[in-house]
Amino acid sequence: MASRTFVAARLPGFSTIAIAVFIALYLPIAMLMIYSFNAGDSIAIWDGFSFQWYERAWENDKVKEVTIRSLIIAASAASISTVAATMAALATTRKKPFRGQTGIYVAINQPLMVPEIVTAVALLIFFASVKVATGYQGLGYLILAHSAFCVPFAYLPIRARLEGMNLTLETAAADLYATPWRTFRYVTLPILAPGIVAGMMLAFVTSLDDVVITLFVKSAGQDTLPTYLLAQIRRQVTGEVNAISTVLLALTVILLTTFFLLTRKRS
Amino acid sequence: MQETEATREAAQVRRNWLLSLPALCLLAAGAIGPLFIMLVYSFLTPGKYGNVEWIFSLDAWRGILFTRDIFDDTLKLADAHLTIFWRSVRLSFMTTVFTFVVGFPTAWFIATRAPRWRAFWLFLITIPFWTNLLIRTFAINQIIRNEGFLNTALIKIGVISEPLNLLYTDLAVFVGMTYVYLPLMVLPLYAAIERFDHRLLEAGYDLYASRLAVLRRIIFPTVKPGIIAGSILVFIPSLGAYVTPRILGGGRNMMIGNFIDLQFGQGRNWPLGASLSVLLLVVVTAALLIYVRFANRDGGHG
Repeated sequence: MASRTFVAARLPGFSTIAIAVFIALYLPIAMLMIYSFNAGDSIAIWDGFSFQWYERAWENDKVKEVTIRSLIIAASAASISTVAATMAALATTRKKPFRGQTGIYVAINQPLMVPEIVTAVALLIFFASVKVATGYQGLGYLILAHSAFCVPFAYLPIRARLEGMNLTLETAAADLYATPWRTFRYVTLPILAPGIVAGMMLAFVTSLDDVVITLFVKSAGQDTLPTYLLAQIRRQVTGEVNAISTVLLALTVILLTTFFLLTRKRS
Repeated sequence: MQETEATREAAQVRRNWLLSLPALCLLAAGAIGPLFIMLVYSFLTPGKYGNVEWIFSLDAWRGILFTRDIFDDTLKLADAHLTIFWRSVRLSFMTTVFTFVVGFPTAWFIATRAPRWRAFWLFLITIPFWTNLLIRTFAINQIIRNEGFLNTALIKIGVISEPLNLLYTDLAVFVGMTYVYLPLMVLPLYAAIERFDHRLLEAGYDLYASRLAVLRRIIFPTVKPGIIAGSILVFIPSLGAYVTPRILGGGRNMMIGNFIDLQFGQGRNWPLGASLSVLLLVVVTAALLIYVRFANRDGGHG
């Protein structure tokens, strides 16, 4: 005890557990990534480095098809939900509380509280009737469902940005006879922009990752990248799935890093 | 003067509603409205080839706990259903407890780093939280499957001669859920510990408290809101889990989510699927309401 100073915040074993947790958190993902570069078929025996699984995935027309579909859905859902969320955030932040405001807030955050499987089943039931009634089988159902569950993911960063915003600039603009629209366009929007971009990116990532709701809403032949991967995992595991997963993980990490840089508080 | 003030305020409120309208419409059509339709479906009769016939029936609600004997038409307790419910609750509870046991030291570790390093460690926890749940579950599947890394390594070093059948067991589902939901426990715990006043620790030690006593009597009570938040955030998605039990539990080790799915596939019993979903929704909402009451009460006192 004489040689070591007593640190009150240190609890024995905590750091060891924490380091073990970080290793356990990253090891499986790291293995998956490493074996996507394996020259052999195995997921446990290393046969040398190769890009063969990436080449195979790239040449696979089905992979191309589902990737494009995923990107179309994610881009549409992120755009739609971000516009709706920005408007809702402007209406519910920095305003004198009004009747029903809490209701709007709860409704917007509803997708975060309800288990995905429940929403998925409810949408399956609802859209089954709509499909029969209208005969429409297109991507619209998936885009609507994704836009809905993306709303809170777009809303929260925008709201956070708005709450941190100073009212003075807008008041100054109004004092200089700027119309509410011009004030919004030239003052509020530019300051709000990082929050909007951040919200849109979270919405995009959330849509891109969705499995459960997509699985229940999609019509035949509307597989997205995650539902395609799920079907592949059920069949046989090849390095191709690892290669696609690695690309998807890399994309997520790039978007998230950008998100953190955008929302980082300047000190 | 006062009247114009009132009309201006009314116009402002109207504008707020108009601005919220697109988001509310999206959610009404794509998330909330269908829940009510699902409630209606839980009172209908299953159609022969899926979907429903519009005949009122309470069978779907009875069917949660009972099955009708095909020979003498009597009601019997559905053992298979009870097994699935029990597995769901037990695995979700185990996941919550274990994520707390390893998540608390992790959150403590992050919160006691130098401020400029904290963001880095926190980022390391946040990345898995945002990366694809399917891929993370799949990564666990690859590690523990028979020809996977763990078994290959154990055989190579001679600990075992035959691969351990880890995949498609309850244990695999438990490990998988702990892995994917751990960040949901660490983040609220960290938020609570970060606000913790470390002078309380010194005060405790000055009064000759042991490390354990400090942990139990000072740290846990102070960060209780974080513990409750983390537990709720882990328990709720665990109870409704679908992807993880599907990939790691296989067809035999179903949880409620997979059981609901079954009713819309081979089961061809949409009303039962609907009633099970409503039940799950009610349980989750109840858990959330209890949490909100707890959180408000704690907030009120402190």
